[in-house]
Amino acid sequence: MPFLEARNIVKKFANHVALRDVSISVSANTIFGMLGPNGAGKTTLIRIINQITGPDSGEILFDGCPLKAEDVARIGYLPEERGLYKKMKVGEQALYLCQLKGLSRNDALKKLRFWFEKFEIGAWWDKKVEELSKGMQQKVQFITTVLHSPSLLIFDEPFSGFDPINANLLKEEILELRKGGATVIFSTHNMASVEELCDDIALINNGRAILTGTVKEIRQNFRQNIVRLDFYGDPQQFANTLSREHEIQELETLKEYNTAQIRLSPETSVNSLLTQVMGFCQIHGCQEVLPTMNDIFIRVVNENKKTV
Amino acid sequence: MSKISLILKREYITRVKKKSFIIMTFLTPVLLAFLMFIPTWIATMEDVEVKTVAVIDYTGLYEGKIADTELLKFLFIPREGEAKLRADFPTSDYYGFLIIEKDLMQNPNALKLYSEGQVTMDVNEHVNRSLRNYLKDEKLKSLNIEGFNEAMAELDKINVNLSTVKISDDGTETQSSTGFAMAVSMFFAFLSYMVILLYGSQVFNGVREEKTSRIVEVLVSSVKPFELMMGKITGIALVALTQFFLWIVLTVVIMIGVNVLTASNIDVSAMGGMNADAMQQIEQITGGGGFQFNKIMEIVNSFNPIRTVLLMLFYFVGGYLIYAALYAAVGSAVDSEADSQQFMMPITIPIMIAFFIAFMAFRNPSSSVVFWGSLIPFTSPIVMMSRIPYSVPAWEIILSMVLLVAGFIFTTWFAARIYRTGILMYGKKVDYKELWKWFRYSGK
Repeated sequence: MPFLEARNIVKKFANHVALRDVSISVSANTIFGMLGPNGAGKTTLIRIINQITGPDSGEILFDGCPLKAEDVARIGYLPEERGLYKKMKVGEQALYLCQLKGLSRNDALKKLRFWFEKFEIGAWWDKKVEELSKGMQQKVQFITTVLHSPSLLIFDEPFSGFDPINANLLKEEILELRKGGATVIFSTHNMASVEELCDDIALINNGRAILTGTVKEIRQNFRQNIVRLDFYGDPQQFANTLSREHEIQELETLKEYNTAQIRLSPETSVNSLLTQVMGFCQIHGCQEVLPTMNDIFIRVVNENKKTV
Repeated sequence: MSKISLILKREYITRVKKKSFIIMTFLTPVLLAFLMFIPTWIATMEDVEVKTVAVIDYTGLYEGKIADTELLKFLFIPREGEAKLRADFPTSDYYGFLIIEKDLMQNPNALKLYSEGQVTMDVNEHVNRSLRNYLKDEKLKSLNIEGFNEAMAELDKINVNLSTVKISDDGTETQSSTGFAMAVSMFFAFLSYMVILLYGSQVFNGVREEKTSRIVEVLVSSVKPFELMMGKITGIALVALTQFFLWIVLTVVIMIGVNVLTASNIDVSAMGGMNADAMQQIEQITGGGGFQFNKIMEIVNSFNPIRTVLLMLFYFVGGYLIYAALYAAVGSAVDSEADSQQFMMPITIPIMIAFFIAFMAFRNPSSSVVFWGSLIPFTSPIVMMSRIPYSVPAWEIILSMVLLVAGFIFTTWFAARIYRTGILMYGKKVDYKELWKWFRYSGK
């Protein structure tokens, strides 16, 4: 059973339709990537899940039941547009935000101490937020998002504004959270991190989910019969032999061997390719190249644009 | 603890802990006390010095005709002394010297007052009046009217004393003081006006701070926008009440302190809100000032102080609430300071109009503009406050109160709809059309 399910969500604003008919399904204890170009409707969907706005039609099922007002205590949300009260002290502010999520003062204090220690920002407790660097503020925000041990975490562009070290720390924490049993939805434009972190994705464009599935499946489905072949031998002969039948996308002579990326003609197997070249080169390595999420993203969105 | 009270607590505590709040709270009563105290103090300073004016009368007609007062003495010296007086004047103790050269009946300009600095008005006035009265009397006498002295005595007795009496609906009559009523009325209207502007703009800034610092989306994922708005508005209302209460307490404390220190009679009429115990204490302390107090208390009582204070609280809070919600809506709609001006206008204009109507009420509390102004919720918090010292029929007050409550429920409902959408809108140029769309847009 999915942990969170959005069914046929429609949301219209005065000027435009943000979500036309979106259904997504997030399994428990997975990291779910919500992708899509700017203005696709991701943030609107996230806000609906957070009950910041309501859908015009459709429903959200959370842990098997329709979403209730009390569920906000079980959700942690790090919005894309995020900030803190500048004049307030860090500790006080973190405490306030956690209490708003329904934690008692004492519980919140205990947990905050733990996290501040973990992130090595204990010394900042009594500083005002405006004295903190942006990275430090981001850490505080992250802590206040996860502190009440929510079972569903939603990160909207979590890596924007983070330096590589903190971004890495954040990635590890997200993986850690999944290990701890949480379900994570995260929305990003950083496709590398999607491949790295996500189990499932939904690609939203123009108010519709146009592509859903596991990252593995999707990359398999979009594969285009491309192989990378490393070999010793004459690259010229290699090219002449193959270019009649296949498309050589890339051919490069490295220090010790040559490397080529070849798109096979349909209905040819890697084996037949290998037999063709085995006579005059020595194969060093051969690997199927799966499309990156980046490529898939661009392709799908562009195709979608044409059909609309 | 419910979420709205958490928000309220934060709003209250962060504001009350601010340096500006503490300074404002403690400095204002001190300034107020100073404003009341300084004139009295200066008056006592003046009292100390006795001025002596030397008079050289060449005519010999006016000796003793300029009466001495407590602080102003006139010393007639023989005419031969003039040269010496002129020579010694800079080092002498004389405040100035007056020279009368000719009979003033024929030559009204034949007198001069010499002094080192500018002659004060009261000296000038006193000399003029004394001589003029003397000359008038002389003139009348010279007409040889029958029974002149008796007639003069009669004239002296003529006096008119107007006292004003208010008749309330049930026919009871109370002594009233128009001057005092006007002062209180002005004070109330101004206070009401200040409360709305001061704390309304605090709401505006608070909302804008949450929006521009981008914390608002984090907050609304935990609480409803309406809760956030109401928490802020009520939190700031409590800050206002706290400040008010402290102002009254501190003013009273300072006044008592000053009274004890100087044991002088300071005009306490401004301390209308003071309780009877404190009054009595001061009365005992000041001793001689007691008669003044009784009189003031009589006037204060004629306004029914408890009722007035309760009404004052109601209209302050009501006036604040009706505008605070609108300020919140505008704060949520704008990104930049520059944008805010166009939306502030429609809020400030009714407040200004109310203030002008209140000024009319000082002159004529029962004109029809004032009547309507004290009923319409947007102006009533200021206009009705200015009318209260001049008794207002109960039905008008009740109607005005009901309308005010209805008004703030309406503005809160109206503002909440704009606020909900506005706080999450960034980087959009907002105009009235846009606001209207937000208002009509009916999402949950």
